[in-house]
Amino acid sequence: MIQMTDRNSDQLAEKGSDSEETRRTARQVLVIEDEPNIIEAISFILSRDGWTVSTHSNGETAVEAVRRVAPDALILDVMLPGRSGYDILQDLRADVATRDIPVLMLTARGQKNDRELAERLGVNLFMTKPFSNAEVLENLRQIVGS
Amino acid sequence: MSLPREPLFLARQNYRLRRIADAARGLPWIGMVLFMLPLLAAGQGRNDTVGWLIFIFVTWMVLIVIAAILSRGMGRNRIDQGGNEKQQETGREGNP
Amino acid sequence: MPLPFNILVLVCLLYVIFLFAVAFGADKRARHGGATWLGNPLVYTLSLSVYCTAWTFYGAVGYAARSGLEYVTIYLGPTLVMIGWWGLLRKLVRIGRAQRVTSIADLISSRYGKSNGLGVLVTLLAVVGTTPYIALQLQSVTLSFAVFAEQGVSDWAGGEWAGGQTPVDLSATALWVAIGLALFTILFGTRNLDANERHNGVVTAIAVEAIVKLVALLAVGSFVVWGVAGGLSGISQMIAESPIESWTIHPGRWAGLTFVSAAAFLTLPRMFQVLVVENVDEEQLSTASWAFPAYLLLISLFVIPIAVAGLAVLPKDANPDLYVLTLPLYYNQQGLAMLSFLGGFSSATSMVIVASIALSTMVSNHIVMPIWLSVRPRKEATVSGDVRHLVLSARRLSIGAVLLLGYLYYQFSGGGAALAAIGLISFTGVAQALPALLGGILWRGASRRGAAVGLIAGFVVWAYTLFLPSFGDTGIMSAKMLAEGPWGIEWLRPRALFGLGGLDPVVHAVLWSMLINTTAFVTVSLMSFPSPLERLQGAQFVNVFEHSARARSWAHSGAEAEDLLIMAQRTMGADEAQSLFQRQAVEQGKDGYLPDITPDFISRLERELSGSVGAATAHAMVGQIVGGASVSVEDLMAVADETQQMLEYSSQLEAQQSELTTTAHRLSEVNEKLTQLSIQKDAFLSQISHELRTPMTSIRAFSEILREGGLDEEAQGKYARIIHGEAVRLTRLLDDLLDLSVLENGQVQLNPQHEKLSLLLDRAVAATSSVTEGEITIRRVREAEQTQLYTDTDRLAQVFINLIANAAKYCDAARPKLEIRVSERPGELRVDFIDNGSGIPVESQGMIFEKFFRLSDQKAAGGAGLGLAICREVMDKLGGSLSYLPGQGGAAFRITLPQAS
Repeated sequence: MIQMTDRNSDQLAEKGSDSEETRRTARQVLVIEDEPNIIEAISFILSRDGWTVSTHSNGETAVEAVRRVAPDALILDVMLPGRSGYDILQDLRADVATRDIPVLMLTARGQKNDRELAERLGVNLFMTKPFSNAEVLENLRQIVGS
Repeated sequence: MSLPREPLFLARQNYRLRRIADAARGLPWIGMVLFMLPLLAAGQGRNDTVGWLIFIFVTWMVLIVIAAILSRGMGRNRIDQGGNEKQQETGREGNP
Repeated sequence: MPLPFNILVLVCLLYVIFLFAVAFGADKRARHGGATWLGNPLVYTLSLSVYCTAWTFYGAVGYAARSGLEYVTIYLGPTLVMIGWWGLLRKLVRIGRAQRVTSIADLISSRYGKSNGLGVLVTLLAVVGTTPYIALQLQSVTLSFAVFAEQGVSDWAGGEWAGGQTPVDLSATALWVAIGLALFTILFGTRNLDANERHNGVVTAIAVEAIVKLVALLAVGSFVVWGVAGGLSGISQMIAESPIESWTIHPGRWAGLTFVSAAAFLTLPRMFQVLVVENVDEEQLSTASWAFPAYLLLISLFVIPIAVAGLAVLPKDANPDLYVLTLPLYYNQQGLAMLSFLGGFSSATSMVIVASIALSTMVSNHIVMPIWLSVRPRKEATVSGDVRHLVLSARRLSIGAVLLLGYLYYQFSGGGAALAAIGLISFTGVAQALPALLGGILWRGASRRGAAVGLIAGFVVWAYTLFLPSFGDTGIMSAKMLAEGPWGIEWLRPRALFGLGGLDPVVHAVLWSMLINTTAFVTVSLMSFPSPLERLQGAQFVNVFEHSARARSWAHSGAEAEDLLIMAQRTMGADEAQSLFQRQAVEQGKDGYLPDITPDFISRLERELSGSVGAATAHAMVGQIVGGASVSVEDLMAVADETQQMLEYSSQLEAQQSELTTTAHRLSEVNEKLTQLSIQKDAFLSQISHELRTPMTSIRAFSEILREGGLDEEAQGKYARIIHGEAVRLTRLLDDLLDLSVLENGQVQLNPQHEKLSLLLDRAVAATSSVTEGEITIRRVREAEQTQLYTDTDRLAQVFINLIANAAKYCDAARPKLEIRVSERPGELRVDFIDNGSGIPVESQGMIFEKFFRLSDQKAAGGAGLGLAICREVMDKLGGSLSYLPGQGGAAFRITLPQAS
């Protein structure tokens, strides 16, 4: 827990403007997903848990969005319009600015080789839809903490 | 007379057809010679218009009858032949 | 009781109306797929009788009165050609059909490397040679009218036509006849474009007219022999006593005219039209080979008796060309005279109709189209223009122009010369095409230059020695020039070229023109070196019986199949083009309407197009899309092995080769399909998983949120609605999947019902009104939708609804429109759904019927991408098909349903 807060405080210090917020609520997550209802569900759950949630739903511009927002954690869907989540992940891991962002991948496919591919690309956690809300929160906390 | 074997019989059909075609090709030349016969009468100073009239029309009629017989012969042979028609056409027919 | 002139006009009008009705009936019958009379060899034979024009009907008797037996030569020539059909005509007809030839100009142009220059040359020759002939027909109709009119005046002098004026304005009659003929020809001669769609109406009317003229001439002849002369011995007596008995044969004319008539029989544009272009089946020739000579014999049979009787009883100044008409009138046989008049009228009109169709085809294909193609920018011409419409208009205008030309010639020539003279001048003129024609189909060495030089030389000699002098010494040539030659050069005298005087002018002209023409043609051919395309065509024509392989000319190319389809649709009509492309695709082992662009396909397409616009134009049109003409090494090799065995051998090899290629193509496709199948199975499972899990995710997440409670009313309501919506989506997806699975496994229970197509479409449009309302305009033609269906109409409606909804969702035009086009083909009903959007890209066209395929990732569209897959399965189960129809401008789907005929 302590480790987690320390790490977060470092990042927050870099961002500056967000530093007045309390440590717990200031954590920022970016959700990249194209199903409007799922976006709504995830946003609700996470913000109730104290996260600041931004969303993005286009695969092609997703990498830019990540650089712009510089979130503390990323929730990434696999099937996105324009570009697949795997490609996005690969790009993020190749860039110094984004390679350390913890990524939680969500997919509705969930076959074995999908999971393997994601892991090879350096995903932090891989979850299959549908998920339980509690599980998402727990997993998110876990990857941010690790 | 012994019974001809099957392939021999077919070949004979084909042979007959070729000879009919030969006759059909020769017919206009015979017709031409016949139609030009009146030229021989030129300069003999003897006029026999009715005679020549009858000659021309009888010749004409005979040619028509022969042409009809040949065309029927060819038609029947070709129908009998059925699948062989194509082979016949790809042969050395109708080539100068 | 003399026949009043008014009644004559009335009968004549009734006869014309009857002909229109016959033509209309035959056309209608043919269009509705009924049996046509064209297949009947006797109709074919009768249509050949356009050879016997008014020149025969009136002129033969006049000819006999002037030159005794000589008139038969005009019929002996064609007789010899017909009975020798096996050697020559059969080849000509085979080439005409294999190369889809539209006219004699097209044949010559196509043979000599699709050279349009030669096409133009032959067209000009034909127009110049035929115009006097058309004038001659107009003159004969006018004269025959005048005969009745004069009789009316003499009988009714001081009566109705007081003042002694001629009651008929001759030139006005000619004008009206010309206008009437133009109308008939345009109406029935330009219905369809493709030369291989026959002119049912015209040919049937011509056959009727053939019977009328034969019956008329036989009736007049029988009347003369048995009514006037009192039997056969009586007529022999009359002949022996008549001036004809003192006729002596003129050897030069006898042989020369037999030759010219045989030549003209092959080269006259109208004869080529009925003989080759309108020929439906080669077997018809076999019957016509004896039946047409028999027709000619019957036509010629009573000519001498009628001439003899006319010379004996009619006044000295009576025109012998009109004996057929004036004899019955002299004996006061009004009914017979009327029949005779109709016979003459039939002879004249049938000639003019067929000649103007033939000439208009030549003018539009070889003069109008090439000009239009060269004026329009590249590619635009063939892709965006409505070629079909243009060609038809060009033909209609050409028909008008040809008849106008004939009328003007009639006006300016004053209609004076004896009918027979004009006929022979025309014959000699068009016979100039003979060396190029015969050389082209019998001799591989004949070349384009040779043909051109020969044609020009023959044409010039003909014009100089026969055509221009025919205008008389008041015309273009002065009396002095005729007598002493131009500038006093004696050996250039038009009627005694090279000092060869004392010959009959026609024989003189035939001799020199054919001699110079043939010599030039052969000499230049021997000296020139033909282009590859020319040599290819030469081999195709000369060896038409050996290898029925088509004319090849295009090598590989990067042309878009869709561009070619658009162009072909505009030229041949949508139906023909689509079925051609589809057939070709099937032969290549492909689905759909877009075959691979192989040289074989290009040349086949070109040949089909040439049936509409002629070989040279078709070549140019395809060239605009495919890009420059090129002949491959393979093609050159086909030319190089000149010997017959090699050609035979190579064409056999080629056949085996192409069979192997097709098989290999099919095998590799099957193989690809199999490997695809396992990939597809994985992909399909993964897709289903995705489609099911996605709504499930929302449902689970929101139901957990609701279960935890603590929400305000508004949020509760909202989330409940989302859960409900997603549950509905899930249900729909499961329904679709079940539907598809049932359809695919063939367990579907069809429930066939009777329903009218229009009502079914009404239902479908109503069901989609919530989607289409204000979004898209639907255009339908109700008259076409009156078909009664017997099929599972609910399933069919499901397909209609899907297609309409798709158009509403995806059509991206500013003002979206959907056209529903219904058409019937034998055994098949077609319903096309065509919108005006940007269509489906070629690379996706093969995919749209796959499950879960979405053109874009618009989830907004709502469906899971199963719609078209289901539709295709449904149509399959109904015994029909659903396919994408490329080249329509927007997205277009075609549904076909089997129809009990």
